[in-house]
Amino acid sequence: MMLKKIRVTVSILLVSLITLYFLDFRGFLPQRFSFLAEIQFIPALLALNVGIIVALVMLTLIFGRIYCSSVCPMGIYQDVVAWLSKKFTKKKRYTYSKAKTVLRWSVLGVVVVAFLFGFTFLLGLLDPYGAYGRMVTHLFRPAYLAGNNLLEAIFTSFGNYTFYKVAIYGLGLFSTIVALITLLGIGLLAWRNGRTYCNTLCPAGTVLGFLSKFSLFKIQFENDKCNSCGLCSMKCKASCLDAKNKKIDYSRCVTCFNCIESCNRDAIKYAPILPRRKRMVDPVPAYSYDKPAKSVDTSKRRFLSATLLSAIAAGNLIAQETAGKLRSKKEPKRQTPIAPPGAIDFNHLREKCISCHLCVSKCPSHVIKPAFLEYGLGGMMQPHLYFDHGFCNYDCTVCGDVCPTGALTPLTVEEKHHTQMGQVHFILENCIVYCDETSCGACSEHCPTQAVSMVPYKGALTIPQIDPTICVGCGGCESICPAIPYKAIYVEGQEAHNRIEIKEEKPEEIIIEDFGF
Amino acid sequence: MDRRNFLKTIALSGASLTTLKEVDAMSVLTQSFQTTQATAKYDLVAVMGGEPEVMFRQAITEMGGMKNFINRGDKVCVKPNIGWDQPPEMGADTNPKLVAEIIKQCFDAGAKEVIVFDHPCDEWRKCYTNSGIEAAAKAAGAKVVPAHQESYYKEVSVPKGKNLKSAKIHEAIVDSDKWINVPCLKNHGGAQLTISMKNYMGIVWDRGYFHAHDLQQCIADICTYEKRPVLNVVDAYRIMKTNGPRGKSPSDVVLAKGLFVSQDIVAVDTAAANFFNQVRKIPVESVKHIVNAQALGLGTMDLDKLNIRRIKI
Repeated sequence: MMLKKIRVTVSILLVSLITLYFLDFRGFLPQRFSFLAEIQFIPALLALNVGIIVALVMLTLIFGRIYCSSVCPMGIYQDVVAWLSKKFTKKKRYTYSKAKTVLRWSVLGVVVVAFLFGFTFLLGLLDPYGAYGRMVTHLFRPAYLAGNNLLEAIFTSFGNYTFYKVAIYGLGLFSTIVALITLLGIGLLAWRNGRTYCNTLCPAGTVLGFLSKFSLFKIQFENDKCNSCGLCSMKCKASCLDAKNKKIDYSRCVTCFNCIESCNRDAIKYAPILPRRKRMVDPVPAYSYDKPAKSVDTSKRRFLSATLLSAIAAGNLIAQETAGKLRSKKEPKRQTPIAPPGAIDFNHLREKCISCHLCVSKCPSHVIKPAFLEYGLGGMMQPHLYFDHGFCNYDCTVCGDVCPTGALTPLTVEEKHHTQMGQVHFILENCIVYCDETSCGACSEHCPTQAVSMVPYKGALTIPQIDPTICVGCGGCESICPAIPYKAIYVEGQEAHNRIEIKEEKPEEIIIEDFGF
Repeated sequence: MDRRNFLKTIALSGASLTTLKEVDAMSVLTQSFQTTQATAKYDLVAVMGGEPEVMFRQAITEMGGMKNFINRGDKVCVKPNIGWDQPPEMGADTNPKLVAEIIKQCFDAGAKEVIVFDHPCDEWRKCYTNSGIEAAAKAAGAKVVPAHQESYYKEVSVPKGKNLKSAKIHEAIVDSDKWINVPCLKNHGGAQLTISMKNYMGIVWDRGYFHAHDLQQCIADICTYEKRPVLNVVDAYRIMKTNGPRGKSPSDVVLAKGLFVSQDIVAVDTAAANFFNQVRKIPVESVKHIVNAQALGLGTMDLDKLNIRRIKI
């Protein structure tokens, strides 16, 4: 009883905190709360965060899948859905089912092989933390912001400026659809059968499930007390309790303690067990409850997703074609995406990023959004910069600071100033100073390094001059350029970030003694 | 503008047309009446050599005291330059000590409420925080309000403008009884110099329109908006001589310790420009928006005709 209460309390606390950390745009939770993302299993693996990996492995080897039970936000999301489903179907009961061992290990195998070939997309798609992050970023966050705006309207009408308005906009159709499918798909599985996702598709679940077979503390039947009534099986959201045969598939048990609570005879205990040789529970029983898992489902799914993808891609291509025909002035077109600060290069990003979109949520300037095909297939949903709502703040290092996988390495402000994410390109034919012969200079105003500077032009006019070698690629110029229909200045991304040199300028001693008039 | 904002604007403008129009018109009338009523002893006061708050205290005393400009019960808006995410040492934003002193004086003169805002170029939360202005203004008792969303702005007409006929101006200005313009003196890549008139670009929503329709004319045009500031206070404590308006490094900044106060926006910008020219040559004639503003009858560039008080501390 006590154990379950502790489990529920810890789970609710952790899931609330990590969700709030994603949603919080005002810095109520200090930045060090990014540890909530860093303690997640797959991010820790990718970041080669030895301390966390050892801690999680030890935790599992001693207590079982505590990570899946109380730390993983997707696990807790499923518990919440299952709990809700109980409110709607009073006679909700789970039944023991055969382990989908082949499916689990095949999925893990494919994910690992894809990862080793640099295709991290699959790992990112299935990693429970990353998937949960996308749900929060693309689905919960807009609701949170709308709530903020409602409060703002009420408070401001009374002259109270505690709240301020925030803009709400989509961050990319593809990632939003993926997030929605995740929410509904995993939600539906959880509604019907509890932790199905964790014990079939989840790569973290498969690895930790394997480890938990060897854990010290285990759920056990007290054979003399148990009368095989089957109550525990009905309460087991992992469907791993076989009350009839008094067997437990430890690879699927997420140590939720629901079975202990359900038992009227105190016949289930959670206690240390010393692993004896050859006494391992066989996950595949001699008899079979149902037909072996078929691959029909997967191929159907693959077909559907491929269709969806190609449809989206085709639509995009057609849209580009049409836009091309309307061209009059020179249209700036980014050929290479801009990877966020700290990404080092596209390969590093592609290998390490699981697209949890914490950087997307946390960027105070709203310049990071998930890619569609900008990085190619393997980089789908990974972060890239765009300048529709602002530009990358020169002194800001938040994205690298919060990234739990090390895909965006943390930079000091000094290092950030030396990091070139892209280079400025100037299109004279589009520039207002050239076309209208009137003053502008908006681009240069926003340039923190004066890679865009205003130089004498006609009469008192000044015109932009660029020095791409000292450009950091922040997009200040591109974001503010008022030229229509096409901007006169934009940033082109580059495969690998460069280091730029900053010239030290000595301040001159100037003493002013008079007013000058 | 997204659909949500569009609908909101429709609803709001409908509401304001039916109910608020008269009130607005009234406040505009009283405003211009009171502004002309204020009679300062000098046309322009120039101070140098002191700390920002000390120089302002001197200057406002010479101008006959804040009571000359602010009435008991007034809703006052103080509009500094908070355009950039830079520390006060860079002189990219108005000096926070000066802003705090002006707020204090407004309250001493009986102001009911003082509101501070700017429409920054960098991310607004960082600008408000790192400029030191939000903290200083709040400590002095002012309300610091956001300006990063279009919905905070109200459409007003600018009938005397040449290129700019209407603009969306922040409600803090539109709804105020008086406002005080508190720019800082800087070099500016596009407008040559940014002083009092250029500071108006922080009260409007769509700056892109300015840049796309002859920046130097639009700056002068917006200054013809009928609700004029009761005072222009130019902070030249630190002046950014190069790479303005954002600044690159501390070598762009000169500790000049100057302050200029006037009701005549053309005169105060001309004076500040002359002061700037002792550091770096940018002839005031090349700062076209000052010339354009004089042509629109907003003030005079001929400082010799003015009664100027010069104080060295």
